[in-house]
Amino acid sequence: MNLHEYQAKELLRRHGVKSPAGQLARSAEEAADAARQIGGDRWAVKAQIHAGLRQGAGGVKFCDTPESVAEAAATLLGHRLVTPQTGAKGKLVRSVYVEQAVAHEREIYLAALVDRSAGRVALIAAREGGNDIEARLAAAPDQMLSLVIDPETGVSEAEARDLAGKLGLSGGIADQAVALMQAVDKAFTECDASLIEINPLVVTSEGDLLALDVKMVLDDNAQFRHSDLADLRDEEEVDPAELEAKLYNLNYVRLDGNIGVMVNGAGLALATVDLLKEQGGDPADFMDVRPEATRAQVTYGFKLLLRNPAINAILVNIYGGGILRCDTVAEGIATACKEEGLRVPLIVRAAGTNGELARKILMSQGIPVTFAQTLAQAAAKVVEAAGRKAA
Amino acid sequence: MAILIDSDTKVICQGFTGAQATYHMERAIAYGTKVVGGVVPGKGGRGHLGLPVFDTVAEARAATGATASAVFVPPRNAAAAIIESIDAGIELLVCVTERIPVLDMVRVKRRLEGSGTRLIGPNSQGILIPGRCKIGVMPAHLERPGKVGIASRSASLTSEVIEQISGQRLGQSTSIGIGGDPVHGMGFVDCLKLFFEDPNTECVVLLGEIGGSDEEEAAAYLSANPAPKPVVAYVAGLHAPTERRMGHAGTVNVFGQGDAAAKIAALSAAGVTIAPSPAEIGLTVRQTVRAA
Repeated sequence: MNLHEYQAKELLRRHGVKSPAGQLARSAEEAADAARQIGGDRWAVKAQIHAGLRQGAGGVKFCDTPESVAEAAATLLGHRLVTPQTGAKGKLVRSVYVEQAVAHEREIYLAALVDRSAGRVALIAAREGGNDIEARLAAAPDQMLSLVIDPETGVSEAEARDLAGKLGLSGGIADQAVALMQAVDKAFTECDASLIEINPLVVTSEGDLLALDVKMVLDDNAQFRHSDLADLRDEEEVDPAELEAKLYNLNYVRLDGNIGVMVNGAGLALATVDLLKEQGGDPADFMDVRPEATRAQVTYGFKLLLRNPAINAILVNIYGGGILRCDTVAEGIATACKEEGLRVPLIVRAAGTNGELARKILMSQGIPVTFAQTLAQAAAKVVEAAGRKAA
Repeated sequence: MAILIDSDTKVICQGFTGAQATYHMERAIAYGTKVVGGVVPGKGGRGHLGLPVFDTVAEARAATGATASAVFVPPRNAAAAIIESIDAGIELLVCVTERIPVLDMVRVKRRLEGSGTRLIGPNSQGILIPGRCKIGVMPAHLERPGKVGIASRSASLTSEVIEQISGQRLGQSTSIGIGGDPVHGMGFVDCLKLFFEDPNTECVVLLGEIGGSDEEEAAAYLSANPAPKPVVAYVAGLHAPTERRMGHAGTVNVFGQGDAAAKIAALSAAGVTIAPSPAEIGLTVRQTVRAA
């Protein structure tokens, strides 16, 4: 679950991480009022969308009067913002965060994340923050500082002080950094986060350490113990079809191509998409049917494919096993085809548990299906069918 | 012979009486796995599938001599169940539970350190020794006894690859699903070490995917310790969409790791034979075994 910047800052503030005074606004008037209420003589107006790299895309505007804050908000609100992380369509800006602009001397990078190879939470830091951090650290990995945290003790004062020193911080700023690192670690654990990224973390001219921008992602798997955080979910940020698919035990991501794909298992789905691409095809989606999916859920998922006007052909690649049987999938597909109508070629490869039964079900229901024995044959057939239909 | 388990390994099941556990443990028993009982807190003293049920792992272990456990406990209690088994001295755990909070797994991983327990999973399809025994949710379908060891991050892709390998008239020694979760027990390196020591494994197949660092770790290990047996790998996700992410460190963990091309390059540089397409993994294994 992704959080907006303003939500992340609010959560971190509760744990003692300071950020500039700010307020959320949903209209130009609210934005001007917010500027007056928080005070100061310069403000940042920041589009609240679930994507990074906003500043370079015009999603962050600096203003010197409440009136210009209102103008900036008006240009952002209700418009789509396209950043390198939003995809070509961009994201609709429905709120802005108005924040005191802070004069600062240094920009630092600090993140907490799950270091998968260590199997622990780690703090990642660099002396210089900024939007190009990823490329910069990839080019010069020795600039990346890392502190792997023992879950039984958390970040110790000594470890935090050592990291602060490596970041070139001393005196009162180092003391603040130690407290901040411990607070970030605590917030990470208490909120069941999977990412907290403060970029930049700034040293202000007044000698304060402030989180200027924060990205925070919470672990969906832990939401059962965080009813207090459930309200932070902003469902309007997610593609409605993808959101609905989640309720039906489907992992569904829309892509730009013309071949509808339904596969069981993420690994096999990735492999199927790879194979289609290698054979010159262009998948319209990534759809992974979860093992516990029911017939009705498969029907729902298949209807998503049938309703997508971009699709010229559909490939179903099911390896029955575990709990998911091929006949369950076949029954779901047959129902969807009857209710929605099948207007494109359908290629089915059903292997594993009850694969033969699946073929019989589809044939007996009169669904026009081309069957394939192997993954390679299935891919070749659907790429050919999609190409023919497009031509 | 196989690695980690065999048909004389005594196995219990945590969460034994649940629907999924019942379905899969019945099949495991039919396949030849020596299941000796189950653990369900509050249901001790009852019977299930003709086997005794215990309240705790320690009781089950003392009464049955079990050394392995299949964990089918729902996500919110799964980590506690795993830790209970670590504390009770169970040697091998296979956890099939999906959607365990990642920080629970961080705590589990810490408890595994210095213990005598190996954990496969979570979110694992399990372990399968063709014709002898299995623990987990793997379908028994086209597997054949043989000498190819498989370690995989993906369940359905494993079935696909078993079919391809059997189709080449080769068989498998052991097939292990290390699980798809970000923090898990045994990794590719652990599996490689066991397969290299196993006299009955002649070739190892690694089935990887985007994200995580198991492939990079395997590559680093094989660069430092040249493989005594041929290793074949396939990494899924070369054409997965990458633009959907948030923040700089969201999907690309600790910068630079995780993308399929980088994983393939690292494995290839470490002497691993890369299957050129997911449809040609079996063929690549056969060619590699022949050449060795």
